[in-house]
Amino acid sequence: MRGLVQDLGAASMSLVEGLGRVAVFGGAIARCLVQPPTRFGFFVRALYDAGVLSVALIALSGFTVGMVLGLQLYTTLTRFGAEEGLGAVVGLSLVRELGPVVCGLLVTGRAGSAVTAEIGSMKATEQLDGLRMMAIDPVHFVAMPRALALTVAMPLLNALFIVFAIAGAYVIGVSNQGLDGGVYLAGLEGAVRFADDVGQSLLKSLVFGVLLGLISTYKGHACSPDAAGVARATTSTVVTASVAILLSDYVITALWGV
Amino acid sequence: MPTSLGPGGSTLTGSAEPAASAGEDYIAVRDVHLSFGHRVVYRGIDCRMRKGGIHLLLGGSGSGKSTLLRMIGGLQRPDRGDVTVADRKLSELKERELGEVRKGIGMLFQNGALLDSMSVLDNVGLPLREHANLSRSEVAERVSRVLYAVGLTDVEALLPRELSGGMLRRVAFARAIVMEPEILLCDEPFSGLDPLNVTRIEELLVRLNSELGLTVVVTSHHMASSLRMADQMILLRDGDCVAGSPEVLAGGDDEGVIEFLGEDGRAYLARLNELREPTREASGRERERDHR
Repeated sequence: MRGLVQDLGAASMSLVEGLGRVAVFGGAIARCLVQPPTRFGFFVRALYDAGVLSVALIALSGFTVGMVLGLQLYTTLTRFGAEEGLGAVVGLSLVRELGPVVCGLLVTGRAGSAVTAEIGSMKATEQLDGLRMMAIDPVHFVAMPRALALTVAMPLLNALFIVFAIAGAYVIGVSNQGLDGGVYLAGLEGAVRFADDVGQSLLKSLVFGVLLGLISTYKGHACSPDAAGVARATTSTVVTASVAILLSDYVITALWGV
Repeated sequence: MPTSLGPGGSTLTGSAEPAASAGEDYIAVRDVHLSFGHRVVYRGIDCRMRKGGIHLLLGGSGSGKSTLLRMIGGLQRPDRGDVTVADRKLSELKERELGEVRKGIGMLFQNGALLDSMSVLDNVGLPLREHANLSRSEVAERVSRVLYAVGLTDVEALLPRELSGGMLRRVAFARAIVMEPEILLCDEPFSGLDPLNVTRIEELLVRLNSELGLTVVVTSHHMASSLRMADQMILLRDGDCVAGSPEVLAGGDDEGVIEFLGEDGRAYLARLNELREPTREASGRERERDHR
């Protein structure tokens, strides 16, 4: 029993210490954002890696999720004779929840893990120490542009995901199941409000982007400088960022007021 | 006298000053203890390196040669004790203040540590772009000059993965000296180089040392080149160190030193003066060529 309590205490202290380190690292990134030089070139390149290279995955995933959602919801709504509500239900569920969360998880797996692996391998091959020896801050040079790129890319990819998912649900509901296209779009337009629903969606994806940018760059910087350490850090980024996205999704939803 | 490192015979800095007066404690390691987990690396080592000297770190694998270089560069803090560089105690400095100290230090890492997403031009020119107020063309010109000095031409556009091991090390060496630091830390500078390039790098180190007063701290297993250059040898063993000039250590009766150097090392030391002549002559020839 005493050992269990000790283990629990040690795990709690380790968690608090880890959170403290992440917070300090986040502060360092925030400070770098306002310190010259801007690293605009590195930011654009990181935005290309995290954003543009994720477009195909997001579009395909969005379309597929929309198709499944359209099929499931149309079948269910038909039981209650409410299939005209397909556009409204698809729109609300995608804009409020599915879009930001699924997109966040997809970007975590594709871009967040890549950022951690890249920074981790830079650490393992002493590239970060090389920067320090040139009196260049690795947080400013490496972490800040990537974290910012993930933060900017996430809302844009979220919007793309939602558009493709709405199109996927349209294809199934209208072309496949025979629902009127005008009814689908009118339901969508009538149900989704910009300030409440789109605003919440953008806020969520922005927060997810900040969290993913912070976690993925921190894990890369803090990893053990060897191949196994980089692999562990990459896995840890996916797990930690996914949990952080799901937890913060609940918090934002609860605070926003459904 | 201007130092020519480039094809055009122009200077790297444009204002090479004579070597500053030698300070015996320019780099001082005092009672440094360090452990990694249960493995004790240093049990209170003491050594001093004078300004403008070439200091050779020797020792078996795991004796802490690279770690000592990292300590001098401020990348590794000791558990106990002090490392002082130019009267600045590194353990008391914050990361930003360490950055200021590091502007005067160039470091060649064992694996090069080049940024693999950037071209050779961008890698070598990076410290210039960050800290020197130069135009793009001036950076490019200075990079090509320093690359020429290490025996490389037309490699500026290549990525590190497109270079051979020897070329990669020379690019890393070029990056370490492009800012003309006051201290150069070299971790195995001759590793992976062919004999011609070993001689080239050795001559370049001797010239930078003699003409610009560069303080060089080098780890190497290449005994001939290392002993030819070194003013001081520091042998790390069992968490402790023995320091002295090659002549003094060669003439001493320390069993650890004798055992480490082996027959080959002692033979080199016995012919030290003879070995040093070619390097000095080559360095002199280079100087004459630069004058012309």
